Amino acid sequence: MKHSQSFRIKGKAGVPCGLLQLTAAIGPAFVIILILFGGGLSLGLMQALGHLPGASLHSVSLTHFTNVLTDPDFAGSIRLTFYVSFVSTVIAAAVSVVLALAIIRCAEESRLVHFFLQIPLTVPHLVIAVSILLLLSPSGLAARLLAAVGLLQSTSSFPMLVNDRFCIGIMLVYIWKEIPFITFMLLAVLKNLGPELLETAATLKASKMQRFRYVILPIIWPSLAGAGLIVFAFTFGAFEVPFLLGRSYPLTMPVWSYKNYSDIDLLARPEGIAIGLIISIIIIAAVIVSHLLTQYGRRRGLL
Amino acid sequence: MNNKRHILFLSVLVSVTLPFLPLLLWSFSERWFYPALLPQSFGLRGWSYIFGTVNSQILQALISSFFLAATSTLISLAVGVPAGRALGLYEFPGKRFVLLTFILPVIVPPLAVAMGLHLWFIRLGLAETFWGVVLVHLTFCLPYTIFVMRGTFSDYSPEFEDQARTLGASRLQVLSRVTIPMIMPGIVVAALFSFLLSWSQYLSTLIIGGGRMLTLPIMLFSLMGSGDRPVAAAVSLIFVIPAFIALLASAHSLGRAGLQGVR
Repeated sequence: MKHSQSFRIKGKAGVPCGLLQLTAAIGPAFVIILILFGGGLSLGLMQALGHLPGASLHSVSLTHFTNVLTDPDFAGSIRLTFYVSFVSTVIAAAVSVVLALAIIRCAEESRLVHFFLQIPLTVPHLVIAVSILLLLSPSGLAARLLAAVGLLQSTSSFPMLVNDRFCIGIMLVYIWKEIPFITFMLLAVLKNLGPELLETAATLKASKMQRFRYVILPIIWPSLAGAGLIVFAFTFGAFEVPFLLGRSYPLTMPVWSYKNYSDIDLLARPEGIAIGLIISIIIIAAVIVSHLLTQYGRRRGLL
Repeated sequence: MNNKRHILFLSVLVSVTLPFLPLLLWSFSERWFYPALLPQSFGLRGWSYIFGTVNSQILQALISSFFLAATSTLISLAVGVPAGRALGLYEFPGKRFVLLTFILPVIVPPLAVAMGLHLWFIRLGLAETFWGVVLVHLTFCLPYTIFVMRGTFSDYSPEFEDQARTLGASRLQVLSRVTIPMIMPGIVVAALFSFLLSWSQYLSTLIIGGGRMLTLPIMLFSLMGSGDRPVAAAVSLIFVIPAFIALLASAHSLGRAGLQGVR
């Protein structure tokens, strides 16, 4: 700070606020997050670098990271995690666009639709994972229903939908949970849209598809991309659902990380932390890249 | 038009409520062998196992889950409301950096943070304790609270406080009669957010709590492992109760805009 004047705190409508007041308001929260979150990540990094407290800094090395990155399971794990997050995000986003448009068209004022759609927002992922297990496992409710109507001869002829190769069960949980989240983000934008733009487009003989592509999509895109990114980041780092509904091999990154961390062999622990940090880095990178892409697109007039 | 509306309503209703059907059926079943479509006999074994057993572990887990979430929420509000106010009302150098610091814990999963804190907490004697778990839950409850309150304060006019002060109100009166009533909807949403986040947390509780802090999600995992489906289904339903209370409270006090954005 060059001059004391250069530190200017502007309040709305000229409300005065001193530096001291500002520090007192933000300081405690900032310190807590810095110590717990920043401290947690830094201590994790130290351990992942092989540094043990009390030992000299010579012990620091990238061995644990290279062990993880060269592990034959790494590629499979990252591919699986990416696949689960990407596919669930894309499906949830696509359904949300259709659902949000349908709600705007014929149920904008329906309190009931809004109420029911809020339910999945609050229900813990774990509960839905348990429910999917009871619904779709080979002896689940769906299999019983098919057996009752005579479509299923034995449990073995029911397709594997949980703990399966394609992670159907995991993705169903995410899609069920995240559709309302994305839909509400889209509705917030669509409600302020008003009929004028679409009517103008219609007068200019724009087809339904053209109205969607050139009017609606550009308007909802920032919200859609933002919500999609949040969903992607969340599913990429989430543990419970793949732990319960995934196969034992290959594992998603978070499950693999915890498996190493909780291994009886204490030497596997730093590798578990290294995987956890790699997950965090991937998520932060995804956020930065999408931010840059959005800025680039906006500058080039693509969005 | 009306027809389309009905189809839309029905499809939302069915897809939202369907997952609760197997939970309800299982929680009230006594005997339900494959391939019977419905339980062969209904009963309350699942529920009485939770509430009838003396010193029931599940009941204790319910209580500790509740206190854990309530404590994390109260601390988040106490620290987060002033911070949210400052971020919503003022522009200052370095604000972007402060916002970035607060948004990172929302985006980055708590997994790596909890693992990093674990060793340190062991040394400090915080591992396997209630307060240790509260501290790790704060890393995500607090930032969420700050962002909700920041949104609330960005459409707030502090002039009302000045007016009250001009009329002779003391600081405490300004707070209790003007500020708090005006930001109440924001506080309700922030509290619900933060309660539900802590309530549904599994992995960070497990890492820091080390199996000593038995919460409802931790019990649920071990029940799923043991295969006692009626009890697991009943616990799942109890696990959803705060979510429904949150929903009703928000529908009541906040109107339709309610819980948008809660994850």
